[in-house]
Amino acid sequence: MTSSLASRGPLSRVRSRRSGSRVDTVVVVTGAFIALLVITAVFAPWIAPSDPNFGSILSSNQGPSAAHLLGTDSFGRDILSRLIYGARLSLLGPALIIVISTSIGTVLAIACAWFGGWFDQVVSRVADILFAFPGLILAMLAVAMFGPGLVAPVIALSIAYTPYLLRVIRSEALRQRNLPYVAACYVGGLSARTICTRHILPNVTPLLIVQATLSFGYALVDLAAVSYLGLGVQPPTAEWGIMVSTGQSSILAGHPQESLFAGVMIIVTVVAFNLLGDRLAARQSTGQS
Amino acid sequence: MRLITRRLVSLVLTLFVASIAVYGALFLAPGNPATLLAGGRATPAVLREIERQMHLNQPFITRYWEWLVGVLHGNLGQSYVYRVPVTTLLAGRVENTIFLVVYASIVIILGGVILGVTAATRRRVSPIITVGTSIGLATPSFVAAIISITVFGVDLKWFPVFGAGSGFTDQLWHLTLPALALATSWLAYTAQLTKAAVREELSREHVETARSRGIRARHVLTRHVLRNAMIPITTVSGLTVAGLIAGDVVVEQAFGVNGLGSFLVQAALQKDFASVQAVSLILVATFVVINGAVDLWSLALDPRLRAGASA
Amino acid sequence: MSVLDLEHLAVDLPVEGRLRRVIHDVTLSIAQGEAVGVVGESGAGKSMTSRAVLRLLPHGATVEGEVRFEGRSVMAMDRTALRDYRLSDVAMIFQDPRAHINPVRTVGDFLVEALVERGDAKADALRVVTALLGVVGISDPQRRVKQYPHELSGGMLQRVMIASALAIEPKLLLADEPTTALDVTTQSDVMVSLDTQRRERGLAMLFVTHDLELAAAVCDRIAVMYAGFLVEDIPASQLHRGVQHPYTAGLLASRPSPTVRERRLFAIAGRPLSAYEVGDGCGFASRCAFANDRCRSERPALRVVGASRVACHRSEELSGQLSSHNIREATHD
Repeated sequence: MTSSLASRGPLSRVRSRRSGSRVDTVVVVTGAFIALLVITAVFAPWIAPSDPNFGSILSSNQGPSAAHLLGTDSFGRDILSRLIYGARLSLLGPALIIVISTSIGTVLAIACAWFGGWFDQVVSRVADILFAFPGLILAMLAVAMFGPGLVAPVIALSIAYTPYLLRVIRSEALRQRNLPYVAACYVGGLSARTICTRHILPNVTPLLIVQATLSFGYALVDLAAVSYLGLGVQPPTAEWGIMVSTGQSSILAGHPQESLFAGVMIIVTVVAFNLLGDRLAARQSTGQS
Repeated sequence: MRLITRRLVSLVLTLFVASIAVYGALFLAPGNPATLLAGGRATPAVLREIERQMHLNQPFITRYWEWLVGVLHGNLGQSYVYRVPVTTLLAGRVENTIFLVVYASIVIILGGVILGVTAATRRRVSPIITVGTSIGLATPSFVAAIISITVFGVDLKWFPVFGAGSGFTDQLWHLTLPALALATSWLAYTAQLTKAAVREELSREHVETARSRGIRARHVLTRHVLRNAMIPITTVSGLTVAGLIAGDVVVEQAFGVNGLGSFLVQAALQKDFASVQAVSLILVATFVVINGAVDLWSLALDPRLRAGASA
Repeated sequence: MSVLDLEHLAVDLPVEGRLRRVIHDVTLSIAQGEAVGVVGESGAGKSMTSRAVLRLLPHGATVEGEVRFEGRSVMAMDRTALRDYRLSDVAMIFQDPRAHINPVRTVGDFLVEALVERGDAKADALRVVTALLGVVGISDPQRRVKQYPHELSGGMLQRVMIASALAIEPKLLLADEPTTALDVTTQSDVMVSLDTQRRERGLAMLFVTHDLELAAAVCDRIAVMYAGFLVEDIPASQLHRGVQHPYTAGLLASRPSPTVRERRLFAIAGRPLSAYEVGDGCGFASRCAFANDRCRSERPALRVVGASRVACHRSEELSGQLSSHNIREATHD
């Protein structure tokens, strides 16, 4: 799993035969799921049935029951509560990565499109070299430098994701920049900053949203992998990647529930983001054609 | 020919800059490596001695140059933690990693292309494959690892879940689950890509021509559809390589395979800078070189590209 | 004996899950060595007719009626028979050679493919097609067979396509607008080359075009199609003497003559109908200046009138009234 996944982009060329105005079930279902997830994460203390960090060895590795809907982990902690609390860091980390990398990527992309010339050349060359570093490798370099935790991997992955977003947005910004309306604005006496922020930026925003949505799932996977490797946030913090890792020792003893449930949460969340991104991309391309 | 030279020059340049980045990144790290090397209690005199021995008192350019010359001569430096040459530590591990990655690549190419072609040509099973690949695509390698350990290792007891084994068949047996875990998401990706590419080619006019001429369906598929669909599939396989290199780190850790990836994780946690530098450089260089090869291979596949690029 | 017989051919294609009629009723024969031009506006079903001859229809298409090649039913052929038929009996020349020849294989590969598939040795096949390239007017054939399609001009590629069709020594050529995608300057060269080779070899041809004059120049008979119907089948020599169907007359009238300066260019009124839009009556009734109630309610059958066959209730009454001049007047009034 790596940041390069971010550039996989939408694969489906499927054009929905339904008209764009009608409600799209996929968008509604995935959007609702993601919203629900975010609400759960925000209100975790009110929603979680138990304390995610309290458990008794006496009740370790229990199967699902009325008291513990998804059972308990090897420390006797309630898995459901840990999943609910875990959603906080598991979603916050990728969200930070996406915000940072899309912000930097967009600013650089529009600047490249606007200035062109040597600036564009230099930025593109640097991006090319960054492509040579899989995100996870950058994250490990960062951990070697600054030690494990949330900050170093998030910054490293943000850097790794930036060139992918930059490349996609740059080509769209370049297209916009060469459309007649930009020349008209220029002739009309608008400043470069106004044209870029008021005209080019809004026009690349739909693409930006699609790319950010698609990248989110992969950022989640990458960051969870960092935690799984023990390079991110540390136990006993509840986080899905850590849960997969700590649960692994119980698998051999026949108690796979902690790892499996955490793994399923990751898969389902990533599927939701991918489906949403794909569908948004498909709608966008039909809207353009 | 000129085209190939130009690509090679750019490849070497990328490698050069990447090596500066790898070396420089750790140079910028806070803290003095000498303290780390000296262990717990060290007098300033001892620290200075270590700095002198390790050339830590030299300017960056000198140290980088010495390191680079060493690397080019096959000397990857001295491990800070184990006090032995990094190459010694890597011996034996490299083999496991290569075995694992090649194994996974074969699974990805065969499985991905077969699934993709099936999804594109058989209307009945297509939806099943599409759903399966969407889930596969979203499955991180470490989740695939714990699922395969649970199912094939613990429940069914078909495969071992730890270590790399020794000897070819034993290795093959030990590395089957790791290879499958590593392959999952990229196999799904390749399958989706192949499906899209094959669908696209099937609708092309030249395929209609071949059919109109009475060419056997099998030959139409191999000579025209697959042959042409190979081009987009190859172009993005560079991504797959990057994914495998990063995924390898995770999967080795998950299955306790003694390879480059698990070594890198250890080294990063122990702040063994020399080892981190060495392994990162190897992984990045592998990626850059394979990507370069993929580039040339795409040129070989697409005559139009050859014409456009040399013009 | 005829090479090809279409008997009440009707084709439906699946569109968004429902079948939609694209050809209503086409009955047509081509004798040995005879060239028949199928003429009509886009969407009239010309191309689909030529594809039906090869049974080259999209997945899910249904066919009624019969296509016979030398008396054998093409629709009833099993897989092997169909393959042999396509490999040896009929060859198709497509409209856009750039799209219809695989861009990543060499010209030589394309040319020998069918021959090798048939069992010829590759070296022999290559000799045959290289010679054929010279015959269809390509210079330096030895070099061309090693090149890729993008290295050849559109005109040259269409000659390659013609050579590939001739290579299998078929009895029937299908040409689907073979010059439409080419530059105007090369169109006639390519057409002359195709026409010469066809005549020399005595091949039958189904020539699909929207260009009535071109069809008249290279074909023995013209079959005019409108909205999925064959409306008139007329000897090419009769075209300027007396057409029987108002639509054919309209087509003739809408060609501006280079020698007579027109007051105003003529166009058939109304929008061309798609085959599936046709109601109970004559498909052309909605645009016909001569249509009456019967035309709008009863579908005219194809019947023999003189040397032609025509599907029009009023062709006898109208005989003599369908000159280009009259058509223009009738429409403008």
